[in-house]
Amino acid sequence: MVKIKINGKETKVEKGTTILKAAEKLDIKIPTLCYHPLLEPYSACRICMVEIKIGKRNELVTACNTVVENGMEIFTDSERALKARKMNIELLMARAPAAEPVKEIAKELGVEKTRFEIKDPNEKCILCGLCVRTCEQVVGAKAISFIERGADRKVSTPFGEPSEDCIGCAACAYFCPTEAITVEDLDKREVIHDEMILGPNSAIRVPIRQAVPMVPFIDEENCIHFKTGNCKLCEKVCEKEAINHDMEDEEIELEVGTIIIATGFKGFDAKKVPAYGYGRFKNVLTALEFERMVNASGPTGGQIRLADGREPESVGIIHCVGSRDENFNEYCSRVCCMYSLKFAHIIKERTNAEVYNFYIDMRAFGKGYEEFYHKLLEEGVHFIRGRVSEISDVALTPEEEGKLIIRVEDTLVGTVRRIPVDMAILSVGLEPNFGSDEITRMFNLSCSQDAFFLEKHPKLAPVSTAADGIFLAGTCQGPKDIPDTVAQAGAAASEALALADKGKFELEPVTAEINEELCSGCQLCIALCPFSAISYNKEKDISEVNEALCKGCGTCVAACPSGAAMQNHFRDEQIIAEIEGILSV
Amino acid sequence: MSKPKVAFYWCASCGGCEEAVVDLAENILKVVEAVDIVFWPVALDFKRKDIEAMPDKSIAVTFINGAIRLSEQEEMVKLLRKKSQLIVAFGSCAHLGGVPGLANFWDRESIFNRAYKTTPSTHNPEGIVPQEKVTVDGKELTLPKFYNTVFRLDQIIDVDYYLPGCAPPPDLVMNAINAILEGKLPPKGTVLSPNKSLCDDCKRNETKPEKLTIKEIKRPHEIMLDPEKCFLAQGVICMGPATRTGCGERCIEANMPCRGCFGPTDQVIDQGAKFLSVLASIIDVNDEKEIEKVMDTIVDPAGTFYRFSLPSSLMRRKRMPSVADNEK
Repeated sequence: MVKIKINGKETKVEKGTTILKAAEKLDIKIPTLCYHPLLEPYSACRICMVEIKIGKRNELVTACNTVVENGMEIFTDSERALKARKMNIELLMARAPAAEPVKEIAKELGVEKTRFEIKDPNEKCILCGLCVRTCEQVVGAKAISFIERGADRKVSTPFGEPSEDCIGCAACAYFCPTEAITVEDLDKREVIHDEMILGPNSAIRVPIRQAVPMVPFIDEENCIHFKTGNCKLCEKVCEKEAINHDMEDEEIELEVGTIIIATGFKGFDAKKVPAYGYGRFKNVLTALEFERMVNASGPTGGQIRLADGREPESVGIIHCVGSRDENFNEYCSRVCCMYSLKFAHIIKERTNAEVYNFYIDMRAFGKGYEEFYHKLLEEGVHFIRGRVSEISDVALTPEEEGKLIIRVEDTLVGTVRRIPVDMAILSVGLEPNFGSDEITRMFNLSCSQDAFFLEKHPKLAPVSTAADGIFLAGTCQGPKDIPDTVAQAGAAASEALALADKGKFELEPVTAEINEELCSGCQLCIALCPFSAISYNKEKDISEVNEALCKGCGTCVAACPSGAAMQNHFRDEQIIAEIEGILSV
Repeated sequence: MSKPKVAFYWCASCGGCEEAVVDLAENILKVVEAVDIVFWPVALDFKRKDIEAMPDKSIAVTFINGAIRLSEQEEMVKLLRKKSQLIVAFGSCAHLGGVPGLANFWDRESIFNRAYKTTPSTHNPEGIVPQEKVTVDGKELTLPKFYNTVFRLDQIIDVDYYLPGCAPPPDLVMNAINAILEGKLPPKGTVLSPNKSLCDDCKRNETKPEKLTIKEIKRPHEIMLDPEKCFLAQGVICMGPATRTGCGERCIEANMPCRGCFGPTDQVIDQGAKFLSVLASIIDVNDEKEIEKVMDTIVDPAGTFYRFSLPSSLMRRKRMPSVADNEK
């Protein structure tokens, strides 16, 4: 430990501490511009000048990079220090008159104007080099540096050309104390990684407030560390040292007795309907995007805003996007009518906008749903029965100027209408999730015509599958709303528990068996088994039946070309004896 | 002690099985040294009366090849059964019915009609067909009766062992002869070849995909056959999975799929039905019309699946009004 005195106050700090940090501990403020706690100090702006006394010697030093020594006395606001600071701020005011932080510090120091010549009244850069150090030390891209010397010194890429080394992370702009750097995407480097539109995001983040588990993840695609190998700022600032960039995805093998498949759904890709302009028009949103927007913890804090920040005056909600449509999915996605009504209600509640619902049939079948629909009718939401043919921005009348025009056949009135709105919400349907095929194969599930997983029986075994011990819950089995999903999940859990609680499982005695002596390992049975119960034992060069999986359907027995597969209780000899018995009458 | 007596006889066969005996090459000399060949119509001049004169059971073993299709063949094999201690059904025709057995899709009349009247190369304006009895110059000449149905040997007489193959490979023949000479005989009724299917020995078995399915069926001449890949995986019908091994994979080595001459394994009753069952199972088409389309590409399904075993099948023959059940 090192004993020092700051402004007369005695304190002990660890060896190697800078004056700035030592002062910080005592809550003594020293102004800085080019200092950032995550970067090496550079002492470029020289605003942090303090006076020190060691022994009999007094001198002026920069607080950010001067390390304390035993017995050092520090005066942060001595006359000499303040004089130096004032001189330096005057110089900076001449150099970067437009830089706000410079003006603020000048004001604090009581400097009203500079005595030096102002070259460019719009200049903001104070040449502190924080951006250069960020790019080198944090990002590791080393795309920018100082060029020229003396009065011409400035920060730039080599030769002022767009640099190949720049990864477009915008960290330089983030660290710049005077907002002297602006980021522009000149050659589509996708500077900003959007999470469902609505603005930029951090590469390490909690996906949404309601995420389970509520922990952040690193978005490797956009993380600077995974681009340059540097940065790891988040690791440095995380006091709990919970972040580790070297962790890799793991495959964990678990032995379990029962499995509940709850892989959910994916939303219909609204870009498949080009006529609705999703992706072309900024104010055409999908339902999930709108849901995110109205979320109180969302990017707009729950306010309903257009892309330009205005509040919409009119909103159109288009039902059945990708559902009940023979071009895409013929089935009804079941949840869209109700969430569309909820949206209409929220828009009415939070804005003064006119709300139009474009629907084919209103399906308000759940408990309390019909009542909710009636409530909305009373709230003055417009309901137009008809499928929207297109959303365009081609105005035919002055009222349509600058609006999205929804073209629809109003089937109740019997006419084609054009309705100008500020915002359109596409109520996209539910589709089987990504990777459903793989899961189908892995668990040997069947799929219904709509490609959702098929239950064992629609009425008698709605959460079971053809494979014992494998259950379905939620939208992986078919579109359903939250109450239905919760009910089904409960059923699946209790079915699984009922099996797990017993701890053992009674097998059907009627299973197939492959005689080791007779099997030639031709493997023809393997592709046939509808329960994936047969596997090939390479060592023994035979196929083997897993009795726990075998349902005794007999397909392999019928197909086994060498007669090695036999059905217990239904051997060929038994069946032939039965036939002979019947025929001998 | 005198050498054991051995007889060879042929019925409805092509003569290939006789070649198989000669195929023993220099080993035939060892056989001749060890045994007395007392009857071998294809090679040596013996008469039926010579056999009739022998005491019963005086022949140690008789190898009979060919299926039974004439009354004379039936009479001869019954005579040989009486005179022999052991009867070995030699080759696919005696074992299963063989290629001649495919005649069971017709009857005597239709065969005669085709063979003696309607083939393009026949000139028979009077429509003469073979008769069992005919009088020439007041003298009666006879011919054996041509049966409606072809039989395998054990449908006519009791058979002790079976040597499968069209024709049986020399090593199996030699093993069988050695076993008989040394008295190391397996249980009666044994087929003298391993009771597993050909895939067990086939080198191409390793090239089978994890799940073998077929989308279209090809005939060998329609594609360039991969000399190392499983035929079924190439969409070519190979009877190997439903055929007993032991043949030495001669066809496979020659890049031709197995045709099934060794017959089924012991567990399987009907080789053709069994193979049809597995083939139908691995065809990876679900639409009914598509299935028909695929099945239509199998030219001559009966000849493909029952090439060697029609008389051994559950049906034995095509049912025709001209042929009463159990009729010869």
